[in-house]
Amino acid sequence: MTSVLVPDSPSPAPAAVRTRRRRGSSTLARAARTRRGAIGLALVGIVVAIAVIGPFVAPYSPTAFVTSPFAAPSGSTLLGGDVLGRDVLSRVLAGGWLLLVMASAATVFGVVVGAAAGISAAYLRGSTDGLIMRSVDVILAFPSLVFVLLLVSIVGPKLWLITIAVGFVQAPPVARVLRSATLDLSERDYVKAVELQGMRPAKVMSSELLPNLVSPLMVELGLRLTYSIVIMAGLAFLGFGQPPPAPNWGYMIQENRIGLSSNPWAVIVPAALISVLTVGANTFTDAIARVVIGVERQGDDATLASTLGLGNLP
Amino acid sequence: MEQAVDTVREAPPSEPRWAERHPIAALFARRGAIGLVTLFVVSLVVFLATEVLPGNAAYAVLGHTATPARIKAIEDQLHLNRSIFDQYWSWISGVLTGNPGRSFANSQSVWSLVAPRLVNSAVLVAISGAIGTVLGLVLGAFAALRKDTWFDHLTSVVALAVTALPEFVVAIALIIVFSTVLLHLLPAVSLIPPGSYAWSRPELLVLPVATLVIVIVPYIMRMMRAAMIEALESDYVEMARLEGLRPWRVTFVHALPNAIAPAIQVVGLNFLYLAGGIVIVEDVFNFPGIGQGLVNAVSDRDIPTIQLIVVILAAFYVFVNIVTDVVALLASPRRRLGR
Repeated sequence: MTSVLVPDSPSPAPAAVRTRRRRGSSTLARAARTRRGAIGLALVGIVVAIAVIGPFVAPYSPTAFVTSPFAAPSGSTLLGGDVLGRDVLSRVLAGGWLLLVMASAATVFGVVVGAAAGISAAYLRGSTDGLIMRSVDVILAFPSLVFVLLLVSIVGPKLWLITIAVGFVQAPPVARVLRSATLDLSERDYVKAVELQGMRPAKVMSSELLPNLVSPLMVELGLRLTYSIVIMAGLAFLGFGQPPPAPNWGYMIQENRIGLSSNPWAVIVPAALISVLTVGANTFTDAIARVVIGVERQGDDATLASTLGLGNLP
Repeated sequence: MEQAVDTVREAPPSEPRWAERHPIAALFARRGAIGLVTLFVVSLVVFLATEVLPGNAAYAVLGHTATPARIKAIEDQLHLNRSIFDQYWSWISGVLTGNPGRSFANSQSVWSLVAPRLVNSAVLVAISGAIGTVLGLVLGAFAALRKDTWFDHLTSVVALAVTALPEFVVAIALIIVFSTVLLHLLPAVSLIPPGSYAWSRPELLVLPVATLVIVIVPYIMRMMRAAMIEALESDYVEMARLEGLRPWRVTFVHALPNAIAPAIQVVGLNFLYLAGGIVIVEDVFNFPGIGQGLVNAVSDRDIPTIQLIVVILAAFYVFVNIVTDVVALLASPRRRLGR
């Protein structure tokens, strides 16, 4: 699917470089002022606040045994006990920050690698393009989670490996979007002008093309962050995350589900936090995409859907 | 769908005559050839990743319990002492002839472990895909016909939220509602004995299918809604209306067929998604399919099983990609002309 993500007002004059640089933050600000954007940002903000402040305000150590297994909520343990009688509230408060850090790192890694590959493929063309895009096809021939599991099976569930693997599987769809956006740009006069002045390809890509690709990059960042969280939480749920005593929202759902009828909060609360986080991130991304392509009419959902990369499910 | 566009764009300007006369057959052949090459590279990646990169697969299997004698035994079993080409050849020819080796976990033949799981997963994917497709297309078309009503707004907000939910959260929510906390209607885990098939206990399929349907419907619905709105606002539908055709005839005979083509690609993508989605959903419900088999194999470092399941999933991916491209092309006369 061809991408429609060309910056809304093409600014061909090199003098416009300075204003182009600021487009990134103004798009985010405009997205945040829409209703969808505000709701999305608020949802993400709540969960991030809990994950970041949580470890400092938790009433107990997340690994201390303070009550009986699957004890119902009480005055001292507000959300009851987990499978081993640890305090659910303390584990919830302490179990989110690593997911956020790993998902963010994976997102940045995936978008940087994908953008570099996509822009190079489109601008350098020829055999570079062929090589990059055929590699992309090969990676996309695996379901992302399956590819991550394949990599995890090699060295075991090391946290650095999971972060890199999740980032790596996110790169191909980013490369495809950025490639088609760059193809549209690289024929512009201002690119031809600096080429004639003898600018090196690396410099053209970094200082002329990249600033004009900020809009699609931001949509991709939001989208990949959502999917990174989904994949990472899923891996943790499957048991491929931090080793057991450590608290982790994904794994809490797995280890506490056998006690659902005694203390459902041990499952519901971490599941709700993960959901609020991914739904919030997705809603904010949707708002960014709407600002970027200037969707006013609802009928433009098809463009929006393709912009949001629905062709690249997690 | 992006692959389709890429292929069209990168096609050399002068095709041979045969290809001009049979554009569909030519496309099928070209996509098939690309698919085969992709599968070959995929098999190389799977093989190299699991057997060569970690230094030595025998260490990966044995971990701390590695003793020289046990390493030697595993190396002999995997033919690790032979050249890399020999190893790849004996593995890939085994996979292609239905003899992909023995499981590390229990020394059974990998194929006898994977085959019943494959059937169960295929049943799960086929049922979920069929229900999800029909439901998504109907809801999407209905939302387009009722554009800007409460139904349209409600479904689009719900769809936006559901597309971002991880599958295991949807699955756990269904378990909480239907089988533990609120109601006790359905079994929370599928206790199908290993080796028997999913259809022997249909009630065990309900929650896994429901989870997958909930996850895929929003994508199909959004795409169908957009395509239907575009079709309804097109000139030929306007023309049909002006000719005084009855509204149902305009909707079902003129607008709907033209909206189906773009939706087909999303349907294909959702089958792709299902191939990955079954991994987590099968694990949640303890459903004996290849997804659960993969998770178990990764936990056990059962390399022959991992290799076979990943190759099967990748082959399914490549196959669905080709079918989707071709069906979308057949469904849309405009695309047949290329660009």
